[in-house]
Amino acid sequence: MIADQTQHASGGPEPLLELSNVSKHFGGVMALQNVDFTLLPGEIHGLVGENGAGKSTTMKIIAGVHTDFDGSMRIKGREVRLRSAGDALANSIGMVHQELSIVPDLTVAENVFLGNQPLTTIGTVDWGRMNRDAKKLIASLGLDIDPTTTMGALPVGLQQLVELSRVLFSGAQIIILDEPTSALSPPEVRQLFEVLRRLRAEGRSIVFISHFLDDVLEISDRVTVFRNGKKVITEDTRSLTKDSVIAHMIGRGSKGMHMGEEAELRGDDAKPVVLSVQGVSDGRNLRDFSIELRAGEITGVYGFMGSGQIELARALFGKVSLRRGSVRLDGKPVRFRSTAAARAKGIAFVPENRRMMLFRQEPVYKNVSISILDRIHRLWLKPRAEKRITEGHIKDLQIRPPRTAIPLGSLSGGNQQKVALAKWLTHLPRVLILSEPTRGMDVGAKEDVIRIVRSLRDRGVAILVLSTEPETILTLADRVTVIRKGTVAREFSTGHIEKADLLAAA
Amino acid sequence: MTTADTAAPRSFSLKRFLADQLRNIAPVFTLVALVVFFSFASNSFLTLDNMLNIIRQLSITGIIAVGLTYVILTAEIDLSVAAVANAVGITVAYFTIQPDYVNIANIPLPGWIAIILALASAFAFGLVTAGGMTIIGIPSFIMTLAMMQIANGVSALLIRGQIAYQYPDLITTLGSGTAFTIPLGIDAAGKAMFIPIGWPIIVCIVFLLVGHLVLTYTRYGRYIYMVGGNREAAEYSGVNVKFIIGSVMVICAMCSGIAGMLGVAYFGSAQQNQFDTFLLDAIAAVVVGGTSLFGGRGGIGNTIIGLLVLGVVNNGLDHIQIDSFLKILIRGLILLAALIINVYAQVLKEKQSDLD
Repeated sequence: MIADQTQHASGGPEPLLELSNVSKHFGGVMALQNVDFTLLPGEIHGLVGENGAGKSTTMKIIAGVHTDFDGSMRIKGREVRLRSAGDALANSIGMVHQELSIVPDLTVAENVFLGNQPLTTIGTVDWGRMNRDAKKLIASLGLDIDPTTTMGALPVGLQQLVELSRVLFSGAQIIILDEPTSALSPPEVRQLFEVLRRLRAEGRSIVFISHFLDDVLEISDRVTVFRNGKKVITEDTRSLTKDSVIAHMIGRGSKGMHMGEEAELRGDDAKPVVLSVQGVSDGRNLRDFSIELRAGEITGVYGFMGSGQIELARALFGKVSLRRGSVRLDGKPVRFRSTAAARAKGIAFVPENRRMMLFRQEPVYKNVSISILDRIHRLWLKPRAEKRITEGHIKDLQIRPPRTAIPLGSLSGGNQQKVALAKWLTHLPRVLILSEPTRGMDVGAKEDVIRIVRSLRDRGVAILVLSTEPETILTLADRVTVIRKGTVAREFSTGHIEKADLLAAA
Repeated sequence: MTTADTAAPRSFSLKRFLADQLRNIAPVFTLVALVVFFSFASNSFLTLDNMLNIIRQLSITGIIAVGLTYVILTAEIDLSVAAVANAVGITVAYFTIQPDYVNIANIPLPGWIAIILALASAFAFGLVTAGGMTIIGIPSFIMTLAMMQIANGVSALLIRGQIAYQYPDLITTLGSGTAFTIPLGIDAAGKAMFIPIGWPIIVCIVFLLVGHLVLTYTRYGRYIYMVGGNREAAEYSGVNVKFIIGSVMVICAMCSGIAGMLGVAYFGSAQQNQFDTFLLDAIAAVVVGGTSLFGGRGGIGNTIIGLLVLGVVNNGLDHIQIDSFLKILIRGLILLAALIINVYAQVLKEKQSDLD
């Protein structure tokens, strides 16, 4: 105990928060391994790393979400063991999650005081005081918002700041922000940074988790990099560059590259364009996005979560409608009013979540045949033909167990994903849209899916692969478009490309 | 090959089978138990005459229940069935010449035109419901509640508190005519005995049969089950979910309308609020039969059993010595029991597939 304190006495100020030797595992999976982390008073501390590197797990431990871990946590030198998020708040630790927990239909003031509205002596809500206090609190962030406007009417950037003021109201000294800039426009980012600097000047400490390295490097005093559940470094921002941070994130230089960490792109502009998307916007997440899909090519779209890939895939399959821009199929303008219309034109889509397109309680063959029933017979069902077709797919895709009549839910995840693909394989689609095609799959199933997708490409299908995992994109894509906040950030069509290039572009 | 496949997980399969089939077994079991109970409790219950009576009383409800089965299979609900039946029944009477003492400003037209207009009104009711749900996005519960009121309003405007007695000949025949008789020999007094089979029963059986064939053997029927089973997955498989939902609402309104036309002829009069009990009866028949309120499970077979359970309860309670006010409560309790089984079967099924 005494030894600990003398350590800090020798160097710099005493940390506000300190994790030492923290490990956390979920079942058999090690999510964090021997992590040390310190947060100084009055600093903005950037936290970066790829998906699954351990930054979110670390913050959830600090915020009292994960209560079961090895190692110790100290606040102002005093060892604490948080038992809940409320417990964390009592220890002045507050977190603003990426998915805001606001109530859009309530007023700004009601949102700020959600759950502990000031009351009058007779027990009713003291609206006057609540509105006055909310206005004061928001003004302390340098903002001018009418506390009686409804939350939903505010732009996302302000909603986020109101949520931040709620955390401040609860007295938080340590504020954790998870991907705060991902939904913000550049002026909104500047506004947020001003607020953060103001809070730092008041002596509060901020943890800033983000994929956007430019943002992290701009606002942070120090940066900690995570990789594979371990802390790689904590360093002063002044001694870091974007390239050096990426190098730490992906571990370049430490060992040879693995599969999916680099690729040789083979985009061929001579191949005919099948689907041409020009300047589409959906009014929210997509802004003036353009892409061309060519026959016999896999086009990868890489971007962080929430960059607009999900919306792009849904719009191209007719699930949501586009506000602006044009989509052309074989040169002819198309506008799909339903997924059925998109399917009829030869567009196929496998969403990122298998449950979204599979009927777990129905037999395998009904899952496969649902997309081709009209091609088997306009009016009648032909279960024998359905089963025969399904058997063919089961053989081709090596789906296990090889039975057509068992409920789909009894198959493993990888095999379910193959069934989801099989849906679209009886009659080759013109365009196949795959969202996160290999996420969460074991190695064997992953390789099977990769093989299937490549063979479809070789048979002339124009394939669009959307992913937040650089490995998936680099393994599959012939050309890559990087999407950032709904617009094209960069395009790669030929030549050597590495994971670092994608991370730097996004 | 199949023996080896099925033999291995036998004990497990039995459990799964029961979890799967609870919704089908429970109603049949209920039906048998009720028939046995009433047979012992009353001498007059288990007679050929009475059995036929039960079926006759079910025929109008049965036609409505066919359409409602489609709706409930897609996990929607239609609360306007009885009101639409009433409005369409009144519409067909409105366009038929009435006796002098029926004091409404009706517009007599040839019978076939009156029937077409009545069918068109049913179609229009369905179309409005479908549009409200699929284009505007109003939940079926609220949309059909509004349609119930609208259809009642149409009835009120057309009939103006009067009672109409005349319908086109075709409707009179189908609603109250005898299709054929089954001779049963000669009784002690030397009179020929026969069972008359009314047209409503025939029409009801045709509706049930066609309803079943469409659900089981057509692409459209499969889409209905898939949309009910997982709407999002159906949409991501390229099924036109809005068309399926909209069309079942139109089908349901058409079934209700036809039931309404036959109903007024069956009752012999067309007046306001005549079909009020049919809403609860039709919903009860579908749900008691075991069609899942969450969609995707069940079918016309279930609805037939549900109809019979309902018919036996309604009829059987008249045959035993019981406070007639208590009967209403008993019907409610039976419906509650069926709902419990319905929801429990769903929970059990989901648990089972999570274990897989």
